[in-house]
Amino acid sequence: MLDPYLPLVLMFALAGAFALFSVTAAPYIGPRRYNKAKLDAYECGIEPSPQPVVGGGRMPVAYYLTAMLFILFDIEMVFLYPFAVAADKLGLFGLVEIVLFVATLGFAYVYVWRRGGLDWN
Amino acid sequence: MNLLVAQAQQIEAPQIDYGAIAPLLVVLGAACMSVLLEALLPKHQRWAVQLVLTLGTLVGATGALIFYATSERPAQGVATLAGAIAVDSPSLFLWATLLVLAFGSVLLIADRSVEPGGAFVAQAAIRPGTIQDRAQATKTGMQTEVFPLTLFALGGMMTFVASNDLLTMFVALEVLSLPLYLMCGLARRRRLLSQEAAVKYFLLGAFASAFFLYGVALLYGYAGSVKLSAIATAAAGTDRSDTLLFAGFGLLVVGLLFKAAVGPFHSWTPDVYQGAPTPVTAFMAACTKVAAFGGILRVLTVAFENTQWEWRGVLYGVAVVSMVIGAVLGLTQTDVKRMIAYSSVAHAGFLLIGSIALTPEGTAPGVSATLFYLLAYGFTTIAAFGIVSLVRNSDGEATHLSQWAGLAKRSPIVAGVFTFLLLALAGIPLTSGFIGKFVVFSAAIEAGLAPLVVIALVASAVAAFFYLRVIVLMYFSEPAPDGPTVTVPGAFTTIAITLGAVVTLVLGLWPTFVLDWAGTGTFLS
Repeated sequence: MLDPYLPLVLMFALAGAFALFSVTAAPYIGPRRYNKAKLDAYECGIEPSPQPVVGGGRMPVAYYLTAMLFILFDIEMVFLYPFAVAADKLGLFGLVEIVLFVATLGFAYVYVWRRGGLDWN
Repeated sequence: MNLLVAQAQQIEAPQIDYGAIAPLLVVLGAACMSVLLEALLPKHQRWAVQLVLTLGTLVGATGALIFYATSERPAQGVATLAGAIAVDSPSLFLWATLLVLAFGSVLLIADRSVEPGGAFVAQAAIRPGTIQDRAQATKTGMQTEVFPLTLFALGGMMTFVASNDLLTMFVALEVLSLPLYLMCGLARRRRLLSQEAAVKYFLLGAFASAFFLYGVALLYGYAGSVKLSAIATAAAGTDRSDTLLFAGFGLLVVGLLFKAAVGPFHSWTPDVYQGAPTPVTAFMAACTKVAAFGGILRVLTVAFENTQWEWRGVLYGVAVVSMVIGAVLGLTQTDVKRMIAYSSVAHAGFLLIGSIALTPEGTAPGVSATLFYLLAYGFTTIAAFGIVSLVRNSDGEATHLSQWAGLAKRSPIVAGVFTFLLLALAGIPLTSGFIGKFVVFSAAIEAGLAPLVVIALVASAVAAFFYLRVIVLMYFSEPAPDGPTVTVPGAFTTIAITLGAVVTLVLGLWPTFVLDWAGTGTFLS
């Protein structure tokens, strides 16, 4: 009855067991050599407290600009993928629409570029 | 096999009635062009080119609108772009109103005679109080990004009033709001106040958008569609739980009422109106009000018309609260911009009366009345803020009421025009304000809201007191020795103020033409 889900349950059980085993076993069999980097938050950007390394307690605002631009072009890709998959079925109308979409983002890109938003200084 | 056949078929493109949405396309297309110009033109050419482009766009869009409105078109309106945009008579009226009011606002925005270099700062990102900030206060450059921002906001407003489903409405709401948040922070003088206004408006606006979106989600859960007509159809059947419907409705309406600065959702209004550059305040007070009430009217009459007996009491209360807050707190204000802000809260209450004036038979006498009121109020407000920008001292605009004492002795014309505009806001006969109130209250009585009309009349009388107080102050007080001077405006501000004042007078004397036009059709459902 539950046959289709059995592999899934086994998979979960295996994953759980492995996690439990690793966490339990690591302190006993692993070497302990601590350094500062190991105690930092993992993959979470710059340490916000107590004092960031640069800028005397402030974050450079340039990060924000770069992040915003990244999101913009990320979203562009998100829309381009489904378009690419269905391009033949969408026909000419779809092509015109996607060109308009990319052009609109292009205007914003030209603006940022001309205003020095891409220079890091 | 069937699956393969289905996959090979072409995806059908939605039908687009380009003629109907031409005004919208013109405005949004020009906004994109404007961004490109901002990027490519050298600094000294930007202002002139942007101004020509913006005014040309408004004229072109109005031309396209007139062309479509006078051509052969379906009387009940068309739904285009897969039903996302409804172009019907109220849409066309609201679009025309928005375009004309935006024209007046852009003239105020572009003016560089009243404040050398214009009301906008050259580099809004410089921190207030720093050496660079003090240096740029004396320079005459301005942030010409305000022109594309205005066009984007206008495009959002036009989409908002015509959107036929809630998702389009949400996107339009963001398109109109985000540029406004930025524009609030661009004032040349009193930078901190201006930035405070921008941050407050942004935070509270983001909150209101979240309410709106949550409402949309619940209504989708209820009706299985975000289309306004589908929600109406779903609400007509009785087999579903009403909890989702009314929870969704409540959240949605909170978002809308926030944008319209109604009643208990008004708390941002005085701070933002005061801190924003005066031309932007004029734009917000006139055009945002039109857009927000256009959206409220459409949502209430199309999606929620057949559930009106459940929600009417709530909005009845909101209208009362809005009128009372506007009238009573307006009395205590000492700043002329804050005073007009509270006056706009009171007016929002009157407009809400028109919006909820639906009859049991399913007609909406309040729609044409509210449309007229919006047009009349918009022109009066733009002219009033135009006048506010003229009264100045060395720190910029002298907005404290004590500084307005004896203004009639310094400048009888400015005091005279401002008096006329205040009388229009108070709703004295021979002004458009009177006709607007008259038609809204008549519609409310027709819809059985007579007690609300009585409260509205009392609120009008209380509000009239603080308008009259300013008039008395201008005419019967001695001017302060170090009082402000009245700047002689250049062509742009003069045209904007004259336009506003003349329309206020003309609509007060011969309102029939516009009233007929506002009443030509109903919302497409």
